[in-house]
Amino acid sequence: MEVTKKVAIRTRATETRKTSPRWKKRLPYIIAYGVLGITTLPIILMYLWLLVSSFAKQMKYGFIPVQFTFENWKFLWSNVEQAGTTYPNIWLATWNSFVFSGSLTILEVIIGGMAGYALSRLDFPGRKGLMKITLLLHAFPSVALLIAVFYILNFLGLFDSLWGVVLVKTALQIPMTAWIIKGFFDDVQWDVEWAGLIDGCSRFKVWYTIVIPLIKPGIAAVSIFSFLSGWSEFLLLYSFILSDEHVTLATYLQNLISNPNLIHYGLLSAVSLFYMLPVMILFIFSQKSLMQVSVGGGKRV
Amino acid sequence: MSTLLRKWQLPFLMLGPFIILISLFFFLPVVLITVLAFTGMDSSMQWAFNGLSNFKHFINDPNIWHILRNTFTYVFFTLLINVFFGLVLGILTTYFIQKESVGLLFRTLWMLPRITPPVVYVLLWLWFFDPSQYGVLNSIRALMHLSPVKWLASNPMTAIILANGLIGASYGMIIFSSAIKSIPGDLFQAARVDGASQWAIIKDIIIPAVRWPLMFVTLWQLLSLLTSYEYILLLTKGGPLYSSEVLALYSYHKAFQNFEYGYGSALALVLVVVALIMSAILLKIFGMNKLMGSSRIE
Repeated sequence: MEVTKKVAIRTRATETRKTSPRWKKRLPYIIAYGVLGITTLPIILMYLWLLVSSFAKQMKYGFIPVQFTFENWKFLWSNVEQAGTTYPNIWLATWNSFVFSGSLTILEVIIGGMAGYALSRLDFPGRKGLMKITLLLHAFPSVALLIAVFYILNFLGLFDSLWGVVLVKTALQIPMTAWIIKGFFDDVQWDVEWAGLIDGCSRFKVWYTIVIPLIKPGIAAVSIFSFLSGWSEFLLLYSFILSDEHVTLATYLQNLISNPNLIHYGLLSAVSLFYMLPVMILFIFSQKSLMQVSVGGGKRV
Repeated sequence: MSTLLRKWQLPFLMLGPFIILISLFFFLPVVLITVLAFTGMDSSMQWAFNGLSNFKHFINDPNIWHILRNTFTYVFFTLLINVFFGLVLGILTTYFIQKESVGLLFRTLWMLPRITPPVVYVLLWLWFFDPSQYGVLNSIRALMHLSPVKWLASNPMTAIILANGLIGASYGMIIFSSAIKSIPGDLFQAARVDGASQWAIIKDIIIPAVRWPLMFVTLWQLLSLLTSYEYILLLTKGGPLYSSEVLALYSYHKAFQNFEYGYGSALALVLVVVALIMSAILLKIFGMNKLMGSSRIE
């Protein structure tokens, strides 16, 4: 009798001891989810506002849509006119942005691919030194050089030209791109190259017919990253480009935002969404690799 | 002779464009800026050497102490958000959220500001601080029947710190979460079996594991914050007056707004020297090999 009673008490005791820590044990996880949810909410709301506001005629309290409309998207088929000034055509800006980001991508992949291969595989005096310098350049305050770059562009007659800015932007990013591509070349087996060389190819031919196809995923990641960073570029274009015919989407949007006579959030958010579309699409498709590259390579000027 | 030529030919070919580009837009600018810092070049683009007068001007500039204090405040508090909040995000999304897909979702959401073009990102903040009743903060005030406040004019520093902090946090988050992920799982299990509290796990397992990344992120962000000003330029333009102007932006304004290229270069040179010293520290602490590993993507 005594014994069973004791056992019963003991089991009840362990039961209560078990349930209370279990609840307590979950508490940190609940708090963690709570903190994460609350801090992430503003970001979600901001982007939701961007979407909703672009289709809204009027926003109550600034964030509740009153009436839906396509009026804000009119910039797609007619020029924006406000307070007497006509803004350049949006498609011209889009085309310029494409030319800028596209040529940046091509240059970076070609030059970075060649330099990355040389750094990874070729033996030449000064290789180690060049590698160190390349790495140091990435930490270098390129913004501080803007004045000197302005002087050089002016001297070369490339001021106020998209090509000049493409060259500057390529130069700023090429150290990191070369490093990233070098990493991919390092992973390719030497045997593949030996085989090519024994079959009578030159090093150059081996490079572009055998090795390059092997690092296609790396090339793709670098291309996407270069394209996006060109697409988002603002400061260089803003500093070195003056004329309307060379307007890109970034400067187009900035012109709209900074016009004090026109604070029309519907239009601004519609243009922003239009501008962000390629970014979102590329991000969704390549989010994982992009997240890693942008940590390694994201040199914002 | 011919073998030497052959040996040099291929590296020369492959590295040529690379070396031309970085010499033209990195090395040459360093030389130019050093020379320009000792001239009084203005919009007429004349090389008028004036010795140390730019640096004397720098010390006697009535705005300079204010700007240096701004720079310090901006870098310090933004860095605090970047590192501390980045660490919180890293721990929350990798340790507390065991489900990989949920953690990834949150991390992706936090990456949004980083991949958003700066102009669009700043528009979101302008809307947040809008002085009319359409801004977020003011519409909340309107709900409580308070009159709108000109937030950007009254708190420009807070605005630029918040906007920059939010972006930097995702950088720390990614570096820290990959460091936390590389901690062997049985370490956590052993700690739990021994009855360690969550706080003890964070303090004794996670923090020691992210010590090096923590230092790296701090130094790296310090370097970037000191020399970049894109978001400040877009958000407040350093104003009103000089209340949110930092040294890097001041150099930009001097050169591209006032066309004082000489003085702007002198300011830039100061930044370059600071950045070079910090890069040297960075390399010394982390060594070449560690940085070489971090530049890989897989």
